[in-house]
Amino acid sequence: MQIQETPALKAEARNLNFFYGENKALKNINMPIYDKKVTALIGPSGCGKSTYLRSFNRMHDLYPGNRYEGEIRFFPDNTNLLSADVDPIEVRMRIGMVFQKPNPFPKSIFENVAYGLRVRGENNRRVLDDKVEHALKGAAIWDEVKDRLSELASNLSGGQQQRLCIARALATDPELLLFDEPTSALDPIATGAIEELVHELKKRVTILIVTHNMQQAARVSDYTAYMFLGEMIEFGKTDEIFIKPQDKRTEDYITGRMG
Amino acid sequence: MSANNTTDLSQVSNRLAYNAMRNWKEKLIEAILLGAAAISVLTTIGIVYVLVSESVHFFSNVSIVDFLTDTQWTPLFDDAHFGIMVLISGTLVSSAVALLVAVPMGTIIAIYLSEFADSRVREISKPILELLGGIPTIVFGYFALLVVTPILQYFFPTLPGFSLLSAGLVMGIMIVPYIASLSEDAMRAVPMSMREGAYAMGSTKLYTAIHVVVPAAISGLAASYILAISRAVGETMILAVAAGMQPNLTWNPAEPAATITSYIVQVALGDLPHGSIGYQTIFAAGLTLLLITLVFNILGQWLRAKYRENY
Ligand SMILES: Nc1ncnc2c1ncn2[C@@H]1O[C@H](COP(=O)(O)OP(=O)(O)OP(=O)(O)O)[C@@H](O)[C@H]1O
Ligand SMILES: [Mg+2]
Repeated sequence: MQIQETPALKAEARNLNFFYGENKALKNINMPIYDKKVTALIGPSGCGKSTYLRSFNRMHDLYPGNRYEGEIRFFPDNTNLLSADVDPIEVRMRIGMVFQKPNPFPKSIFENVAYGLRVRGENNRRVLDDKVEHALKGAAIWDEVKDRLSELASNLSGGQQQRLCIARALATDPELLLFDEPTSALDPIATGAIEELVHELKKRVTILIVTHNMQQAARVSDYTAYMFLGEMIEFGKTDEIFIKPQDKRTEDYITGRMG
Repeated sequence: MSANNTTDLSQVSNRLAYNAMRNWKEKLIEAILLGAAAISVLTTIGIVYVLVSESVHFFSNVSIVDFLTDTQWTPLFDDAHFGIMVLISGTLVSSAVALLVAVPMGTIIAIYLSEFADSRVREISKPILELLGGIPTIVFGYFALLVVTPILQYFFPTLPGFSLLSAGLVMGIMIVPYIASLSEDAMRAVPMSMREGAYAMGSTKLYTAIHVVVPAAISGLAASYILAISRAVGETMILAVAAGMQPNLTWNPAEPAATITSYIVQVALGDLPHGSIGYQTIFAAGLTLLLITLVFNILGQWLRAKYRENY
């Protein structure tokens, strides 16, 4: 007898469409994001992974002409993140993001991590010190930077900068962390460090990660979604997707016959 | 075989001839470019040479200590005094007034244009700003004298008809487009990915602009401020027209005063005999102006190197 237990939902895309002007980049996406799990998004270049990821924190609102249709429900409060009367800034307060290329701010290491806290009005030095240290430890970079917190972040190596950006996102205790190919600009060792970190982080936070690297998706994720030409082709447990994909297109992609 | 060889040879010599031709052309272009560069370098050297050599004559008559410490500037009087501080004070006060206007206004306009304005507004306002930068400074001078001074006098009835304040304010307005345009370029060069990082953390547009974009563009902003200082220190016509030309050691912007530049035009337009001490003062004053500008330029270079952005 097997008890199949479904984890709690953190978010869910419902009939999600997205348009860059006239160009429809996401087509009727339905997909659950499970709480405290890592979900990987894979698919060939241009299939809409970044577009989908950036819908969660309303990054598309920054540019004119972009339009969403449908919903992304966010739990436990069941808010529709895409609703016109939900303030994108409120959404971004709850959802962190780590970009493809490390993008530290032109500030000290400390101030980079404290940034989100200051945005939220926290200026108490003791609290900042505490949370910055905690975040840097969470991003596994504390030991490397603890003696140089006042140095410019741009002095760090690429891999360190990326972990700093993770610390920056972690400092404000986001409920969901979005990663858009966070290791594509890093060497294998730095990549390994980030992957280990993602694994560690899912105890605290739900993670949605875009990756081009099949092995990476297999290593770090609990669930995997395969996208193709703006559509969600297949979603399932990572081992199931990789061992016996249901859709021919997923299988072709995973086995490297395509993309 | 041998026939073959000769055609080979002639082909080779053809290619060589062509090469020689191309080489010759390249040499010519190189020489023209070098000549153009040399002319500007030589002009600069020539200017410095004239300034220094005439100043040497001047300083053989007037001691440097007197030049720097005397509190009067009366080179044409019988009882001649040569206290350059008198002119420096006018220059610094008018420049400070100008910068107090131009730096905040120029920076705010730049932030607005780069971070808030939509592309239509930007396309319209940038050429207008640049047009403002093309107005001859003599026009600004009379604008200060005939419009701004009376308005100021309405609020401050004691303000004299010529003042550093009025000239400085208008000079500031004249400089705004330079700062706005250069600062906007610097801020627009900040990569979008940096802004996205800030927005993703939940910051507002204004917070992003002030806390991320401005620091990222700081070396460009500093460069625009330094250029503004050089413009203000070197500006002549506005001050000659609106600030009065009487030498006056003062730090009060509500007074009239001469500046280094307005003194130089005044004397250069007069009919002092070449070689007289009065004539030589304009070179000593010019050298002082050059040194002040040089100091700010070096400061600017240093700031640039210190805050060079590497995205
Ligand atoms: N700003 C934009 N304006 C118009 N179309 C866009 C824009 N950004 C992306 N697209 C289009 O939307 C589609 C999805 O792009 P997206 O960047 O989401 O792909 P991706 O799966 O992340 O690809 P990659 O793996 O290369 O990062 C592509 O066809 C792309 O050309
Ligand atoms: Mg992408």
